[in-house]
Amino acid sequence: MPEDPSFSSEQAGDAVRLSLAGHWTLEASNAIETSAARLEAAAGPAQQAIFDLGGVERLDTAGAWLIDRTRQDFLTRGVKTEFAPMRPEYDILLREAHYREFATPKRRRHSSLFNLLADIGESVVGAGHDLYNNMCFLGEVVASIGRGLVQPRRFRGISLVFHIESIALRSVPIIALINFLVGAIVAQQGIYQLQRFGAVTFSVDLLGILILRELGVLLTSIMIAGRSGSAITAELGSMKMREEIDALQVMGLRPVEVLIVPRLIALIISLPLLAFIADMAAIFGGLLVGWGYGGISPPAFLDRLQEAVSLHTFLNGLIKAPFMALVIGLIASVEGLAVEGSAESLGRQVTQSVVKSIFTVIVVDGLFAMFFAGIRF
Amino acid sequence: MSARALEREATAPAFAPEVVISVRDLVVGFGDKLIMQGLDLDVYRGEVLGFVGGSGTGKSVLTRTILGLVRKRRGQIALFGADLDRISPRERSQIERRLGVMFQHGALFSGLTVKQNVQMPMREHLHLSPRLADELAMLKIELVGLKPDAADKYPDELSGGMIKRAALARALALDPELVFLDEPTSGLDPIGAAEFDELIATLQKTLGLTVFMVTHDLDSLYSICDRIAALADGKVIAAGPIATMLASEHPWLRAYFHGKRARQFARSETMDGPG
Repeated sequence: MPEDPSFSSEQAGDAVRLSLAGHWTLEASNAIETSAARLEAAAGPAQQAIFDLGGVERLDTAGAWLIDRTRQDFLTRGVKTEFAPMRPEYDILLREAHYREFATPKRRRHSSLFNLLADIGESVVGAGHDLYNNMCFLGEVVASIGRGLVQPRRFRGISLVFHIESIALRSVPIIALINFLVGAIVAQQGIYQLQRFGAVTFSVDLLGILILRELGVLLTSIMIAGRSGSAITAELGSMKMREEIDALQVMGLRPVEVLIVPRLIALIISLPLLAFIADMAAIFGGLLVGWGYGGISPPAFLDRLQEAVSLHTFLNGLIKAPFMALVIGLIASVEGLAVEGSAESLGRQVTQSVVKSIFTVIVVDGLFAMFFAGIRF
Repeated sequence: MSARALEREATAPAFAPEVVISVRDLVVGFGDKLIMQGLDLDVYRGEVLGFVGGSGTGKSVLTRTILGLVRKRRGQIALFGADLDRISPRERSQIERRLGVMFQHGALFSGLTVKQNVQMPMREHLHLSPRLADELAMLKIELVGLKPDAADKYPDELSGGMIKRAALARALALDPELVFLDEPTSGLDPIGAAEFDELIATLQKTLGLTVFMVTHDLDSLYSICDRIAALADGKVIAAGPIATMLASEHPWLRAYFHGKRARQFARSETMDGPG
């Protein structure tokens, strides 16, 4: 263990000689602080203090700083101070690390009520900006897609296929599994509740309509918002952090066209496909539960299903999928491009992206439900 | 314990300088590619060692191996006389506290202000009062030549030169005895680079640091390095003061120290030199 910082004091008339010893370094951690504090007490009523660093084995900036701070405290109390002759390197250290006040600009503080109101105002304005930015961004994306249609050579086919693979193909297993389980659970609950009325077969209606109209597409959208939306935000965000997006810009390429349009179109193509897989998986799950738990044989299940659902019911769900994809893609991209320099901001934007897109997906689903009810689709 | 004994010896004037970093027969490789092939290197207390080598020869790999960030295949690395393979994790962490590292791109924590970055190692390793921790952080920030208002800025609000300085302040937070600098002047303008060299030299003298500096900057090599070690083919091909480098016949060293960019230095050196 290092030798702790220590000192001895010697009174001579109204002068005190403080002989320091040991290691006055950061290694001693808070021991140097307590020793420095004791130095002050040791001086007592003396009018003059002499600091003798002859016995100090090691000294670093922290030790020098504390010794000089104590010396200056003496000075403000009207005690004269001086250093006994010491090693030249300590002299340099004491000069470099002499005590000084650092002027730190104080921040203005407001009352908590003021802050609360300011925060509320800020979030309202922020929400408005979000909406405006998303609309601007949508415009830019549509313009880019338009340019792609006019000049098909500008369209990035390879990139599109790559993103379809990562968004659609790679999420098939998890989407199918989750929807299979949800279908099974819905069927089980339907059978359990309806058997009290002797209406077990109607659980097929319940399952078919619920899954095809709402749950299939909704669950898929939420999964994709979490899985692909977050990935898009993180990719764009880290590209923004490392100035890759700026690099594209100065090469005369449009980041929206190069990076975002392929991802967005890939999402719009993938989500309906995934929603279809989700529907099928959920109905299959329901069929198995109906067969094993409700005693509905598969042919009976399918007959009942055909009666219960029409093409409309099926399309009702699938039509929503591209819109969900658009919402997820837009939010993910806007949040990705909003990333600033720090790792913290990347994390914050990815979280925001997922939370906002799941929220918006549910709101959009509600709007569609009202719309379809309105037009009796 | 032996490290500390050595250290005490070194404080007294001795003829054989204490070896702070000792690397023997080091072999490091990735896959079937060997980067270090039996490398030997000594760094003495109180010196500034400039470490040069072509791009991709493994200068950074050596630094990272000494720091324990890259695994070695064979060989021995000793810091302050303690073989890193034979010490307990506790002793290792004690040794790590005596090191300061400045990464090439700063590696400042982007979510913390400059001051918090400097305080980070203090907070983890020491128990200081908030007042002293604040004061010491500000002292370090001032020592490296940053203005006090930079203390509350985040790394993404700093210029390249300020990031280097802030990174150096963080490397010095615990008053290390040995400082690793990875290309400290890369990306700085010549004036900024010269200032930074001077800063390193001043700090080295005042704080009694040993500096291990990976660099490409001929200016730094001429102005502040006591010794230079050159890396090629996985080995140190030459080590010694600048005169040794200039006298070497190794083709890479000749190209490096007698190339177009180096000639002006060589000329001024021979004119100012004792000869």
